[in-house]
Amino acid sequence: MDSVASVRDSLAEVGYLADEPAALVGYLAQRMGKPVLVEGPAGVGKTELAKALSRATGRELVRLQCYEGLDESKALYEWNYRKQLLRIQSETQEEAAGGWEATRGDIFGEEFLLTRPLLRAIASPEPVVLLIDEIDKTDQEFEAMLLEVLSDFQISIPELGVIEARTHPVVVLTSNNSRELTEALKRRCLYLWLDYPEVEREMEIVRLHAPELDERLARRLVEVVHMVRALDLKKPPSIAESIDWARALLLLGADDLDRSVFERTMSIIVKHRTDVDLVAERVGVKLSGPGLEAEAAG
Amino acid sequence: MSAPEGLPPGLAPRVVAFCEELRAEGLAVGTSEILDAFEALEAIPWTEREDFRETLAATVAKSQEDRRVFELLFDRFFFRASEAEALQQGISESERHAGGEALDLDELREAVRQAIREGNDGEMRDLARLAIAAFGRQGEGSGVVGVDVQRIRRTLGLQTQPRAAEGEEPALDREQITRFERHLRRELERALIERTQKLPPSRPLAELDRALPTSPAQDLAAVHRAVAQLKRRLATLGHEQRGRRRRAVVDMRRTMRASLETGGVPLRLRYRPKRPRRPEIYVLCDVSTSVTSASVFFLSVLHALHDSFRRLRSFVFIERISEVTDVFEHERDFTSISQRISSEGGVADVSGYTDYGRVWLEFGELISDELDPRSTIIVLGDARTNGREPHADVFARVAERSGRTFWLNPEPRLYWNYGDSVMAAYERHCTAAFECWTTRHLENFVNVIAGGQPLAPDSA
Repeated sequence: MDSVASVRDSLAEVGYLADEPAALVGYLAQRMGKPVLVEGPAGVGKTELAKALSRATGRELVRLQCYEGLDESKALYEWNYRKQLLRIQSETQEEAAGGWEATRGDIFGEEFLLTRPLLRAIASPEPVVLLIDEIDKTDQEFEAMLLEVLSDFQISIPELGVIEARTHPVVVLTSNNSRELTEALKRRCLYLWLDYPEVEREMEIVRLHAPELDERLARRLVEVVHMVRALDLKKPPSIAESIDWARALLLLGADDLDRSVFERTMSIIVKHRTDVDLVAERVGVKLSGPGLEAEAAG
Repeated sequence: MSAPEGLPPGLAPRVVAFCEELRAEGLAVGTSEILDAFEALEAIPWTEREDFRETLAATVAKSQEDRRVFELLFDRFFFRASEAEALQQGISESERHAGGEALDLDELREAVRQAIREGNDGEMRDLARLAIAAFGRQGEGSGVVGVDVQRIRRTLGLQTQPRAAEGEEPALDREQITRFERHLRRELERALIERTQKLPPSRPLAELDRALPTSPAQDLAAVHRAVAQLKRRLATLGHEQRGRRRRAVVDMRRTMRASLETGGVPLRLRYRPKRPRRPEIYVLCDVSTSVTSASVFFLSVLHALHDSFRRLRSFVFIERISEVTDVFEHERDFTSISQRISSEGGVADVSGYTDYGRVWLEFGELISDELDPRSTIIVLGDARTNGREPHADVFARVAERSGRTFWLNPEPRLYWNYGDSVMAAYERHCTAAFECWTTRHLENFVNVIAGGQPLAPDSA
């Protein structure tokens, strides 16, 4: 992958239609070896971008899912204390010789180290794609801990010394923007804002994942999804939900998106009670054909 | 800092100057970002305008807000740069209207609509020039760019909403119209620069472009957008707090587990992670005419923040009290919320004057069983009883049953307890009372109920 266009093409080959900025940043991330911070609303394909990058480059994907209370022992490494205890006990039974020095050198060896995603990504002999998902869910202390990994690609373990990356991983961090990340973290990253795609691109995406769907119907569907997104909803429909909806229409054998079909299948894209009311009221009435009630009455 | 090798000598200083302007607009662009930008520009074909812009954006603008400012500045900065260069070299385009013979306005209008529908940028730019030329012949040019843009737009009949009278004209996409407007604006500026032979002074972006909505006349979507920012700031504040105030509860299970590392001796204590406090909130809002706008705005903000709270119930009162939680769950439009509150609330019985005493009696009956130490009561009102019995003792009982009671007064503290205001009688039973008449006051208060410390006092 040695140009922006080739990045975009190889992403498209593995089923991810990247827009211009996404392809460009993906390319820069590889060239410059800098992590990418991807922000955007839920369901625009942030995580999918990392997965597609790993598929396109043939690298393994190492994923660290963040959550509140995530700490070093879950993200970096942990000493396997059970195994260490066993080692100590078995030694005292056989021969107490060797002394403390030997034992310490023994039980703090790589054999007793449990690698967690970050250490695994750094220590891997093959280059990997490291996905740090929903970084905004963690607290600031964890972010600070990440800084060493992200800028120098190394991890220091007091008992073992510094473990440096053998190969340069491509790092993708995603954030749903639920809190402001620290300046220090942002400074080390390239920034990519992914937004809902425009009608044309979303149509391509839907057609890629549901190829049997009639083109006219696909366009109609994407237009309706865009209308729904324009409303002030609690949870606007994501790209994945457009695809689900397209597949559902295929299964139902619908050949047009009229009002009754819409009202029946709306729950695939709108998942909040108050949103359902609002969408039925604002979008449903714009579609042609009789509504459910009218049909039932007739 | 030496100029990077792969770039032409003129580019690096321009990029640095651009970053200077970004800093002046408040973006945190550090030296490391500028170095990144250079490194990135060497890796891409920077002669492509879009690639150049995206590369710069990815390296120096690191939030959506920053990106918005970046876009505004980028256009202005590099447009001005190229115009300045053109002036210096005496390049002008004055014959460019040669092809634009007396074009029919209706034809032009149709062509513009066509280009906007198709989203064709090059076409839009050409048509913007034609439109300016045609418009100029009518002799209505005011010379002020902003005014002219709006006049041309009106003449061309570009509207986002379809007009009721003529159904055959479909509505155009708002985004696309904005893009066309941008072309218009740029072409007008270009013409102005050619006419006057000098660049207009560059101004910092208007404060208006970034201000919070202040008046309740805006629709709820705008409030939601403003609140989204507020929410993010609050979320971050909470985290800082947790870092500093390390007082925490020891987690026995994790401490024991950690002690196995040290042979069963608990050398390192493990603490239970602190969860942000999500209070259960009862809001009572005075909606008599003197404070309506403040209360409805306040209620909307609280409802926009609803997922920060475990439960949120809202009540409005004048003479009587009435629950309006449902209204906010179903309505998103500000004016219809105001209407429904005034029509369905049924809170003004006879005189339309606030009766605090009666309100406390009713509220106590309605809700006192559900109050517990985890609940928070927020009252928004001016505490002006119109000379009626304040029933401060009933209020005291309600306040006692709940965990915290806050009073927000939309009047400046100076006016409290003057005239018929009985603020002092109520304030005694409250956890705290705040004045609340600017967005900053509001932000401060929301921060307090979400568990944070009060922000630094407003200097103004």
